[in-house]
Amino acid sequence: MMGFRGILILVCATAAASVSAWAQVEVKSAWARGTVAAQKTTGVYMQLKSAKDGSLVGVESPVAGMAEVHHMRMDKNVMRMSAVPRLELPAGRTVELKPGGYHVMLIDLKKPLKKGDSVPLKLKIEDRDKTVSTVEVNAEVRDAAAPAHQR
Amino acid sequence: MRLLAAVFAALLIAGCGASGPTFKNADITGAEWGREFSLTDHTGKPRTLADFRGKVVVVFFGYVRCPDVCPTTLAELKSVVEQLGEDGKRVQVLFVTVDPERDTRELLAQYVPAFQPDFLGLYGDQEQTARTAKEFKVFYQKVPGSRPDNYSVDHTTGSYVFDPKGRIRLFARHGQAGTLAADIRTLLKGG
Repeated sequence: MMGFRGILILVCATAAASVSAWAQVEVKSAWARGTVAAQKTTGVYMQLKSAKDGSLVGVESPVAGMAEVHHMRMDKNVMRMSAVPRLELPAGRTVELKPGGYHVMLIDLKKPLKKGDSVPLKLKIEDRDKTVSTVEVNAEVRDAAAPAHQR
Repeated sequence: MRLLAAVFAALLIAGCGASGPTFKNADITGAEWGREFSLTDHTGKPRTLADFRGKVVVVFFGYVRCPDVCPTTLAELKSVVEQLGEDGKRVQVLFVTVDPERDTRELLAQYVPAFQPDFLGLYGDQEQTARTAKEFKVFYQKVPGSRPDNYSVDHTTGSYVFDPKGRIRLFARHGQAGTLAADIRTLLKGG
């Protein structure tokens, strides 16, 4: 009986967190690049718009061992990549994660991602008052050849 | 002396008049770099550029854990080979790893042919990799990640194209590999 109540409380807490976050951060056009055999990493892209000032401070996905926000840029002909522990989401501004820029890097993929699959993600969003809420997103898997630049 | 100058000028003009074909991608014909490599392919066979005489060779440097640039370029090159139809059989795509530590022969053997069965992954030890990168003016550098095995590798992107005689001819910038079909046709015709 105690166990059952415990589960109920957990479910309610999760639901409350995602409802409040849903109202705060809007996520559009989430997609992941499909992978081939042996490929253990890929990028996930989306548009984020936060109603209040906030930051994306973490990402989790059951399809990967870990997920991190990275930034990629081309410096002449050199591709440079770096981890972004906090991605600022200024109030009302659309922040775009796209090929050739910010992306969620899925690391240690458990299996190849095929076109048409769906990748569930939990985005950890921190408010100005340091409260972290979770936004759940499903990213559609597109072809491995989806253009690296603005589509 | 004047005659010699005139002959020289005539030769110059003739030389310019007979200028080579025009390409969509950067023409680097005559570059005194990117002339040779000595690496091992993903089947374990030692390889040099001379092994591919008679084919147009497209060389791309990257690493398997690269999330964006490398898979996109390999997918673009696959589409180029398909666009070329029969001529595609006279094109050899080579993926040279700049991460020999993690990109083992076994991993390359799974990854590279997954894009197109004829593509070859090439690797060397640290020293061979460094030498090849230097010869191709390729920059690569490890960038530490959140775990020691989780680093990324900054690297020069773009594809180097050799004609069937093994001479370096073109450089396709990142995002331009998909435009190579027409240029490769020209090179296959002896352009």
